[in-house]
Amino acid sequence: MSNAATLKSSSITPEKLKSMLYDMMVIRNFEETLKKLYQQGKIHGTMHLCIGQEATAVGACVPLTKEDKITSTHRGHGHSIAKGTDVMKMMAELLGKETGTCKGKGGSMHIADLDVGNLGANGIVCAGLPLGTGAALTSKMKNLGYVVLCFFGDGATNEGAFHESLNLASVWKLPVIFFCENNLYGMSGSIKEMTNIENIAERGAAYGIPSETISGNDILTVVEAVERAVERARNGEGPTLIEAHTYRWEGHSRSDARKYRTREEEKDWKKHRDPIALFKQKLIEENILTEEEYGEMEKKVQTLMDNAVEFAVNSKAPDLDTLMTDIYA
Amino acid sequence: MREITYSEAIREAMSQEMRNNQDVFIMGEDIGVYGGAFGLTNGMIEEFGPERVRITPISEAAISGCAVGAAMTGMRPILEIQFSDFIMIAMDNIVNQAAKNRYMFGGKAKVPVVVRLPGGSGAGFAAQHSQSLEAWMTHVPGLKVVQPSNAYDAKGLMKAAIKDDNPVLFYEHKMLYPVKGEVPEEEYEIPLGKADIKKSGTDISIVATGIMVNRAMEAAAELENEGINVEVIDPRTLVPLDTETILESVKKTSRVLVVYEAVKRGGYGAEIASMIAESDAFDYLDAPIRRLGGVAAPIPYNPELEKAAVPQVNDIIKECRKLMNK
Repeated sequence: MSNAATLKSSSITPEKLKSMLYDMMVIRNFEETLKKLYQQGKIHGTMHLCIGQEATAVGACVPLTKEDKITSTHRGHGHSIAKGTDVMKMMAELLGKETGTCKGKGGSMHIADLDVGNLGANGIVCAGLPLGTGAALTSKMKNLGYVVLCFFGDGATNEGAFHESLNLASVWKLPVIFFCENNLYGMSGSIKEMTNIENIAERGAAYGIPSETISGNDILTVVEAVERAVERARNGEGPTLIEAHTYRWEGHSRSDARKYRTREEEKDWKKHRDPIALFKQKLIEENILTEEEYGEMEKKVQTLMDNAVEFAVNSKAPDLDTLMTDIYA
Repeated sequence: MREITYSEAIREAMSQEMRNNQDVFIMGEDIGVYGGAFGLTNGMIEEFGPERVRITPISEAAISGCAVGAAMTGMRPILEIQFSDFIMIAMDNIVNQAAKNRYMFGGKAKVPVVVRLPGGSGAGFAAQHSQSLEAWMTHVPGLKVVQPSNAYDAKGLMKAAIKDDNPVLFYEHKMLYPVKGEVPEEEYEIPLGKADIKKSGTDISIVATGIMVNRAMEAAAELENEGINVEVIDPRTLVPLDTETILESVKKTSRVLVVYEAVKRGGYGAEIASMIAESDAFDYLDAPIRRLGGVAAPIPYNPELEKAAVPQVNDIIKECRKLMNK
């Protein structure tokens, strides 16, 4: 596992480094806020939180331009925020309001924002891979120059569509990055029980795709790996498979009692591998950030979230006559 | 007028649209120099090249999603599924992705993809290569479903399907591929959602789909000799369905027979029959609505068993006599 990304080797400006930390803080606060709203009965249905996985979401999107595209998963709030989807509209969507990203018709699992290259979260495990492969085909056929990054979890790598998509993208040399957030569990299924190989990245070799396993909780490592993959894609060298190890702090969804893993394991990841704490520490050590500045950022994030909740709560529910609109173009 | 086959008509429609619009391309298994399992794409790779006539691995789950993803981002793919039966492997991308993206995303996406599906029995391909499962697709909001019965309609409907901004499932009948019909060379479209009265009549309205339109026409000619004057309606597209043309016919004839090749139970003919029963045309009926469909068995291999599994011309004739109490 390559793990040695340092600020010295990074060409990222201090301002950008701080904005990366800020985006991670926004994601965590967004998810924490949703937890509270859920407990207050303000959120309908369920949701899948990505607390603990902020470095993969933000890090993978840093090398992408607005024209580049992502496909996301059921655990997709972080991906959407990282790609630039408006947090106010996302909050309104979670509350099912007409001002939401999808007019209240999609909810947590279907947030999409085509204007910023977000081709959508997805309620079907692995479904983003064939779709992303198709979006990459458009880029190639129309010579548009954009790349597509597909987020998916470890569980998705046992779907047929994973294998078919990697093969197809490889034989057509498509500009796509397959980015696996290996958070060790597909719902309750431990990756150790569900696959018989050490690293998911090994699967890339079967399709002639360069692959690597990295620490997904060190954002600079994530950025560097995706930069390499983006460069390959833009140069017409085809897809890359990246496996980023990370951990979701919460259960799979709201109904999960987490009987399949230990509290010790959770504590260990939270205490020693919190991606936000690690990055903050690094920025402070390298004199890029002060505790004071961090405190200011926390306040700014909280204000943003308070405004988002206020906007969402005060927004109107969709009219009932929108039930039958947007079905056909 | 010039006569060409049903398969040539579909190829001509695709080729014309590919010449008109660079965003249109076709992808599928063995559609290159092989020409596709039914020879439908013969010559296309020579004209358009391998970028726009894309041969794919045997990976229905990936190629269907790839077509949907390409459609969402600005292309207008035509996906050939080698046999319509193989759509089961592509189902998630059709049903959970293509059909729902626009709605789930609050109206922001459009998915202009045409999925070509050779279906139907009669060729001796048995249970996994001969089905008529179009009713499954009609059940899913967000999809359009087309089922041409002749070469002229196939060309015009294919052109409309390619120009449509929604996912269109285009059911072709493999026994119709070699059947010739009059087809003008010039460009024309048949709007999706417009039925066609193939033969007008006064005694019975037969609403038939796909190859059953042809069998209903044969039956109608035979019945004419017995003094039974049948009207034959071809909906041409199942979704959207031209209910008006069907209901007007029923009001005129007061008797209706719905004929479809798919298993009768749960087939699209049940929807057509229910639609008529729920409408004001019900009051005009002189006899119960009748349906003829396939038996509830997998399509068998033996040619006599295969024929017995789906409605034939004689079955239609007998059913019409019953309707007329003859």
